[in-house]
Amino acid sequence: MDVLALEAKNVTTAEAEKKSAPRPKPKPPKKAKRTVFFEVEIVDLKTKEKLLLLDKVIRSLSIPTDPKWYPARQSLRLDPKAKCLRDEDILQTLPVGTTASFYFSDLGPQVTWGTVFLTECAGPLIIYLMFYFRLPFIYSPKYDFTSSKQWVVHLACMCHSVHYVKRILETLFVHRISHGTMPLRNIFKNCGYYWCTAAWMAYYINHPLYTPPYYGQPQVNTGLYIFLVCQVGNFSIHVALRNLKSQCAKAKKIPFPTKNPFTWIFWLVSCPNYTYELGSWIGFTVMTQCVPVAFFTLVAFIQMTVWAKGKHRSYLKEFRDYPTLRSSILPFIL
Amino acid sequence: MSAAAAGTSKAAHGDVAPKKRRGPGALAYLVIYNVVMTAGWLVIAVGLVRAYLARGSYHGLYYSIEKPLKFFQTGAMLEILHCAVGIVPSSVVLTGFQVMSRVFLTWAVTHSVREVQSEDSVLLFVTAWTVTEIIRYSFYTFSLLNHLPFLIKWARYTFFFVLYPMGVTGELLTIYAALPYVQKTGLYSVTLPNKYNFSFDYHSFLILVMISYIPLFPQLYFHMIRQRKKVLGHIEDYSKVE
Repeated sequence: MDVLALEAKNVTTAEAEKKSAPRPKPKPPKKAKRTVFFEVEIVDLKTKEKLLLLDKVIRSLSIPTDPKWYPARQSLRLDPKAKCLRDEDILQTLPVGTTASFYFSDLGPQVTWGTVFLTECAGPLIIYLMFYFRLPFIYSPKYDFTSSKQWVVHLACMCHSVHYVKRILETLFVHRISHGTMPLRNIFKNCGYYWCTAAWMAYYINHPLYTPPYYGQPQVNTGLYIFLVCQVGNFSIHVALRNLKSQCAKAKKIPFPTKNPFTWIFWLVSCPNYTYELGSWIGFTVMTQCVPVAFFTLVAFIQMTVWAKGKHRSYLKEFRDYPTLRSSILPFIL
Repeated sequence: MSAAAAGTSKAAHGDVAPKKRRGPGALAYLVIYNVVMTAGWLVIAVGLVRAYLARGSYHGLYYSIEKPLKFFQTGAMLEILHCAVGIVPSSVVLTGFQVMSRVFLTWAVTHSVREVQSEDSVLLFVTAWTVTEIIRYSFYTFSLLNHLPFLIKWARYTFFFVLYPMGVTGELLTIYAALPYVQKTGLYSVTLPNKYNFSFDYHSFLILVMISYIPLFPQLYFHMIRQRKKVLGHIEDYSKVE
């Protein structure tokens, strides 16, 4: 019954390496009297050229392909305008007849989320420290390797570094990412942005002519406390989300407040990790009183709001009984 | 840089996209807008010619058309609004970029640095802009009324070959001429130390703007060439058949 009956016939392949392993796996029926065979045809999305025709598919087999076309890079759709099929989709449950046509398109070179996160975070960490230690060619030569006389500059360095070290550790040990990969060019875009803004901020904060905040030590302390509280909060949310995922791998669940007071914000907000992240950067802005930092905070706020709204919408779509009190990122406001 | 390419995004949609979501009110407004803009740039063109005839030389013609130039070039910012609202099927970002680069040159360079106003490079880009805009706005007017003379369509997709490099040259030379004055006076620049811990050097910024022309100009230029093939290409096919 579980015999793999598979014949692959190549129909007009312009380049032999355009073979692809069909990802939707049909589940063989356990005690069926007759097996249902599928015929699968793979067509190139852009040229509409037939790449592969598989008949008598019960259970798919990974056809040895050119390593260039690894599965993460393949995108299969039922319709040129539809969304890509996911790895977990089963052929029998898809709205196809016994002959299925899939449109194949190449998503381009892919890179894992973990890699992207790590490079995104390692960059600012190192770059900021380069400015903090006043390496040569940044400031006037007489300031090379000198140290600022102001306490807030040292504090800012510690906060900034702690923030990115925390992020790196979370990427390595805490986060559970569902989507495996993203296109390669994203790594250049994301890293470019993070690294450039980190350099821009670090330049001014560590500048020999840096001016400490207008209201002095009280302002620095306020900024610092906001920053620390939000960092702890952010970490708590990441842990809570990871616990949620580890309990049940595939099914999605609504996150709820736990015993940790920092997670109580779940009563009011769908994506408190973004709320806390925003809070951290506001704290950092107040602490350093620096326009580039304010700019970075603003851009981060806009981007995170877009992400939060998307997540909030998908929660609402997925769960009928989703708590109505919650907003996406700012309690009652946004 | 926006000399002849200001309508590149619209070039893609001008004759091709169906004007679905636009009501008759919006259509009337757009026709009026484009007619007014055509008229405005004609005023600038006439102003330039008259000033040249009166003075007998090319120098210092900027002063005779300074006000209408500022008015109508700044007024073009409405086009960003048109895209945002949806009555024009173009990208907000692309249109915004093109219009703002023109406005930047008009106000932040030519108006702000008085010493460059008598330069010949200013005449170069003003002329390029004037001819381009007259053709472009009349193109839109006729398109909206569904009576586009082939001559206008041809002019729009052919004149840019000369006007675009001409405009870019004028713009770059003007910015270059402004550099020493900006550096001397520290125009629009902020230095450290200050309580916001921020600095901005307008001189370096202008140099960066000049450098940015290098990747951007060829892209826009070749885009227009591709559009030309698409829009005018089939006309040549017909003539070959005969």
